[in-house]
Amino acid sequence: MNCREAVKAITAVLQDQLVICANGIISRETFAARDRVGNFYMIGSMGLASSIGLGVALSERSRRVIVFDGDGNVLMNLGSLTMVGALKPGNFLHIVFDNEAYASTGNQPTLSNMVALENIAKSSGYLYSKKVSDMETLREELNKLLKAEGPSFLLVKISRNAGEIDIGRVTHSPQQIKGRFMSALR
Amino acid sequence: MFGTKDFADGLISAGFDFFTGVPCSIIGGLITELTNREDVTYLPAVREDVAVGVASGVYMAGKVPAVLMQNSGLGECLNALTSLNLIYEIPCLLIITWRGFDGKDAPEHIVMGRTCDRLLDTIGIVHHTLSRENFKGLITEAFNHIIEKKTPIALFLKKGVID
Repeated sequence: MNCREAVKAITAVLQDQLVICANGIISRETFAARDRVGNFYMIGSMGLASSIGLGVALSERSRRVIVFDGDGNVLMNLGSLTMVGALKPGNFLHIVFDNEAYASTGNQPTLSNMVALENIAKSSGYLYSKKVSDMETLREELNKLLKAEGPSFLLVKISRNAGEIDIGRVTHSPQQIKGRFMSALR
Repeated sequence: MFGTKDFADGLISAGFDFFTGVPCSIIGGLITELTNREDVTYLPAVREDVAVGVASGVYMAGKVPAVLMQNSGLGECLNALTSLNLIYEIPCLLIITWRGFDGKDAPEHIVMGRTCDRLLDTIGIVHHTLSRENFKGLITEAFNHIIEKKTPIALFLKKGVID
């Protein structure tokens, strides 16, 4: 399963959920797969997608907030997991696409091949944490977690893309991304 | 000097309704006051840029946030402020304690104490310094700035100004 296949499978079943996308390939793939006003594409501020998502989730309890994160982003801001685990917003779903690399900068390795991120989430206080590495299990878990009381953590192991990056950038301006996202919250 | 409770009251009555941050001894009392208030939330953050991230999410969900930190934490925040808040026009109030002002402090505060205001000038964030005489006016100005300009604004707080 590669990033594109995983993102497509997840975005295909979204309804009114709010999605915060980490910077880099994750935002780009989500934008290409299914651009929605309820998607916030974080193009900079690496590491902070889960913190932004936590702020939204705490303030908008009636909506489910999904963070599309990456292994590099999560490792950069492990402290954010402890805030989610401590505050336990029930509407928070953390999906981490883990290719064990910084894909946007040329697939330099992270440390997630040696560190079990799903265990860190569990220890931090997430109510549920699971690692998946095939499409069938991903669909099953997603189906369950879109309804379950959170916070939940789903580590989706994906393959690294070989060769050149073949996906375009998000074409909306940052102000447009914010404006659309805020309109989805009203 | 002005009172911690007056400052908290001023922030809340102006319309700030969500607080997060990382402590400094100068604002220990303010954090205790905000934590104990039932009409607002104070969320302890693990790091200052994380606080800025949470505040950004909270803002997009309709609240007006303030982030409390020591000026050492400003260094942690520069990427969040420049690559999130300033370009998306996601505002927050930054209440920043000014350790190392005038070169009189522990060694770890000296460089940031000498440069923190100019760092904000360089990245284009408006800032003011709080005093007993101006704090009420600056709170109102900061709130209006957030609503109208939609960019962060910082209020510096030196030692010995708040009780």
